[in-house]
Amino acid sequence: MTARTTRFLQQWLVFAGLVAVWELATRAARAPFFPPPSQIARAMYQQWLSGPASRLFLTDDVFDHVFPSIGRMLGGWAGATVVGVALGVLLGRSAVAMDFVGPLLAFGRAIPPPTLVPVFLVLFSLGTPMQLATIVFGTVWPIVLNTVDGVRAVDKVKVDTARAFRIQGPQWLFGVVLPSALPKIFAGLRVSLSLALILMVISELVGTTNGIGYQMIYAQRQFELPAMWSGIVLLGVLGYVFNTLLLAVERRALAWQPVGNHAQATGG
Amino acid sequence: MRRAVRGLLGLAGLLALGEVVGRSGLAPEGYLPPTSVVLTRLVELLGDQSFVLDVVATVLAWAIALGIAVAVAVPLGLLLGSVPVLRHGTRAVVEFLRPIPSVALIPLAIVVFGMGPDTKIFLAVYAAVWPILFNTIYAMDEVDPLLVDTARSFGLNRGQVLARVVLPNAAPFVATGIRLSASIALILVVSVELLAGAGAGIGKFILEASSGSGRMDLVFAGTLVAGVLGYLVNAGFEGLQRKLFAWSATTGEVPQ
Amino acid sequence: MPTMLEVTDLGHRYAAKDGVYTAIDGLSFTVGSGELVCIVGPSGCGKSTLLRSVSGLLRPTTGQVRLHGNLVSGVPADLAVVFQDYSRSLFPWLSVQRNVEFPLRRALGRAERRERARQALEQVGLTGAAGKYPWQLSGGMQQRVAIARALAYRPALLLMDEPFASVDAQTRFELEDLLLRVRREQDTTVLLVTHDIDESVYLGDRVLVLSKSPARVVADLTVDLPAERDQITTRESERFVAMRAEVARLLHSPPAEVAAPARERAGAVVGE
Ligand SMILES: Nc1ncnc2c1ncn2[C@@H]1O[C@H](COP(=O)(O)OP(=O)(O)OP(=O)(O)O)[C@@H](O)[C@H]1O
Ligand SMILES: [Mg+2]
Repeated sequence: MTARTTRFLQQWLVFAGLVAVWELATRAARAPFFPPPSQIARAMYQQWLSGPASRLFLTDDVFDHVFPSIGRMLGGWAGATVVGVALGVLLGRSAVAMDFVGPLLAFGRAIPPPTLVPVFLVLFSLGTPMQLATIVFGTVWPIVLNTVDGVRAVDKVKVDTARAFRIQGPQWLFGVVLPSALPKIFAGLRVSLSLALILMVISELVGTTNGIGYQMIYAQRQFELPAMWSGIVLLGVLGYVFNTLLLAVERRALAWQPVGNHAQATGG
Repeated sequence: MRRAVRGLLGLAGLLALGEVVGRSGLAPEGYLPPTSVVLTRLVELLGDQSFVLDVVATVLAWAIALGIAVAVAVPLGLLLGSVPVLRHGTRAVVEFLRPIPSVALIPLAIVVFGMGPDTKIFLAVYAAVWPILFNTIYAMDEVDPLLVDTARSFGLNRGQVLARVVLPNAAPFVATGIRLSASIALILVVSVELLAGAGAGIGKFILEASSGSGRMDLVFAGTLVAGVLGYLVNAGFEGLQRKLFAWSATTGEVPQ
Repeated sequence: MPTMLEVTDLGHRYAAKDGVYTAIDGLSFTVGSGELVCIVGPSGCGKSTLLRSVSGLLRPTTGQVRLHGNLVSGVPADLAVVFQDYSRSLFPWLSVQRNVEFPLRRALGRAERRERARQALEQVGLTGAAGKYPWQLSGGMQQRVAIARALAYRPALLLMDEPFASVDAQTRFELEDLLLRVRREQDTTVLLVTHDIDESVYLGDRVLVLSKSPARVVADLTVDLPAERDQITTRESERFVAMRAEVARLLHSPPAEVAAPARERAGAVVGE
C-alpha cells in the first residue's frame, strides 16, 4: 500500500468516525435542530433521488429547484467572467485608467452584495434577472482585480520580445497578454466561483419561489429540519464539486506551468 | 499625488454619472435616486442617532466575530500545521466543511440562535475562520527548514524555535489571512442583518428602508456606508501589515 | 558594400533615483550590408542599451539610428533580436516548436511555419526537444531555442546580445560556425554583443570596442582574417593572436582620447 492510499484511508476513516460520533451524539441528545446524519441522508434521498428510473431517479425537485439554481449560478458566473476579464484587460493595459478607477474597484469589492438586492429587486423583474444581476455584481470584482494584476505583470522581456517581432493586435492579446495573465485570472475565477454559490443562495432567500435557497428557507419555516439540513449538505457538495472541476480545468489550461507553481488571488 | 487626484476624479466621475442617470428618467421615479439626493440622505443619516447606533452595532458584531475567528483559527492552524498526522487525518473533514457557503447556514443559525446578534456573529465566524486557518497552516509549511536547523544548531530548544523562528516567519501569512477574513466577516455581518433581519445594524436599516416604502435613496446611503466601512477595513489592515512586516520579502499571499 | 545601419551620435540616459544615468553617449558607427560586426565592452557599459536602441525598442535620448537609410522609430520589420535574458524571452506557455513558430504566424501558413521551425531547430541541434516546454530545458538549450527563433524569422538584420553565453564550449563552437554559415547563406547582417574577446575576433568582420560606462566607441577594428574561418586553424593563426591581443589591450587600457575612433592607431587594422 502506498503512502498515498494510506493517507487517503486515514482521512476517510477520520471522516467516517466523526460522522458516526455525530450520529450517536444527535441520537442521544435528541436535539430538535440537529437531526442525525442518517435522517439527513434519508431526507436527501427522498427529496432528490427517489424519482423514476427513466429520469435517472431524479425527482421533480431536482428539475424544479436544483437545476435552475445551478443554471443561474453558472450563468451569472460566466457573465461575470466575460465582463471581468474584458474590463480587467482594458484597465490593466493602461496605467492611467487604473489610476482613475482603481479606488472605485476596491470600493465596489467592499460593498456587501446583498445590500444592492433591494435595488436590483426594483430595477429588474423578480426572479432570474434580479438573481443574475446580484450574482454578476458580487462575483465580478475578484475577476477584474486579478485580471488587472495579471495583465500588468506581463514580463518586460516578453513584452520586448513581442515588440521586436512586431507582434500586434489579436496575436498580442491572445498570444502574449492573456496567457501571461491566465494564472492570475484563474485565481480570481476560483474566488468568484465560491462567491457565486453564496450569492445564488442569497438571491434565492429573497426573491424567488424556486431554487435550493428557497427550499431551505421554506423547510426552515415549516420546521422540517432534515430537509433544511439536506440543503446545507447539498450546497457543500456543490461547492466541492465545482471547485474540483474548476481546478481540473485550470490544471489543463496551465499545464505549461512548472509543477507546484500556482498563482494566488488578489484578495477576495 | 497625481494618482490620488486621478482617483478622486474617477470618484467624481462616478458620482456625476449617478446624478445624470438618476435625473434622466431611465428608471422609474425613485428607483435610482440621483447622487445629490443620496448624499443629502447620507449627511442626514450621519446625524441621526438611531442610524449611528446601527453602524455601531454592525461594527461591534464584526469585531467580536473577527476576534473569535482569530482566537479559533490561529491556534488550530498552528496545531494542524505542525502536526502532520492531525492535518492529514482531518483533511477530508475540512474539505467537506469549507465549501459549505456560510449563507447556507442562515436558516440553521436562525433556528438555533434566534434573531439576536448571535446569529450574525456565528455566521461571520464560520466564514472568517477559513482564510485564517488555511493561511496559518500554509505559513507553517513555508518556514525554511534551513532556518530551523540553524536555530537548533545554536542550541535553541523546540519551544524557543517555535517562538523565535517559526512564529515570526508565519506572521505575515497569518496577517494576510486575518485581513481577508476581516473583509469577509464584515460582508457576512451586513448580509445576515439584511437577509435575516437579525438584531440592529446597517443591513437591518437597509432591509427596513427597502421594504414597505421602498426608499431607494436610503438603501443607497446605507450601501455607501457599508462599502466605505469595508474599504477602510481592508485599507487599514493593509497599512498595518505594511508597517509591521516591512522586513518581510513575502506579500503573505497564499496559493489556494 | 552599401551601408545598412547607420548609428550617429547615439546616446541614452535612464531616469535614475538621483537625476539621470547616462548609459551610452555619442556613439557613432556604421554596419555594411552583409557584414558581421561584434561589439565588446566592459560589463555594464551599455551594450544592451545600444542594441535596444538600434532595434527601436528604446527611444534614444540623443542622436539617431538609420536602417536602410530610414530613421528608426519603433521596431523595423526585417529585424530580429536574441535577448541576453534568453530564458525570459521565451513564452513559457508555448512548446519549443511553437515558440519558434510564434513570430511567423502573421506571414506564413501553417505548413510553411512548421517546416521553417523544424529546420531552425535542427540547425541548433534541438530536434528532439521540439515538443517540450522551455522550463524543461537547460539554460543552454533555452538559449539555442531563442537563436532558432531568430534564425527562422530570416531577418535582414540580426541583433544578438551575448547569444552564446550559457552554452558549453563545444556547443558554442558549433553555434558560432552555424552563425557564420547561416549569415552567408541567407545574406544576413549581424550585430553581435559578446564579452568574449576570442569570439569577437573569430566571428567578426569588424570588432567595435566600447569604453566603460557611458559607452563610447574606443576602436573600430577590421578583422583581416580570411573569410573562411576554422575553429582550430584560425584560432592558432598569428593574425588571430595579434588581433586578440589588440582588442584585449584596448579593453583594459583604452587610449585616453576616445572621441575619434582609433582606426588608425590600431596596428592590426587594414582598410575596408
Ligand atoms: N531600465 C534601466 N533603468 C536604469 N538604468 C538602467 C536600465 N537598464 C540599464 N541601466 C543601467 O545602464 C547601464 C548599462 O546597462 P546595459 O544593460 O546596457 O549594460 P551591458 O553592457 O549590457 O551590461 P552586461 O555586460 O552586464 O550585459 C548599467 O549601469 C545599468 O545599471
Ligand atoms: Mg547586457
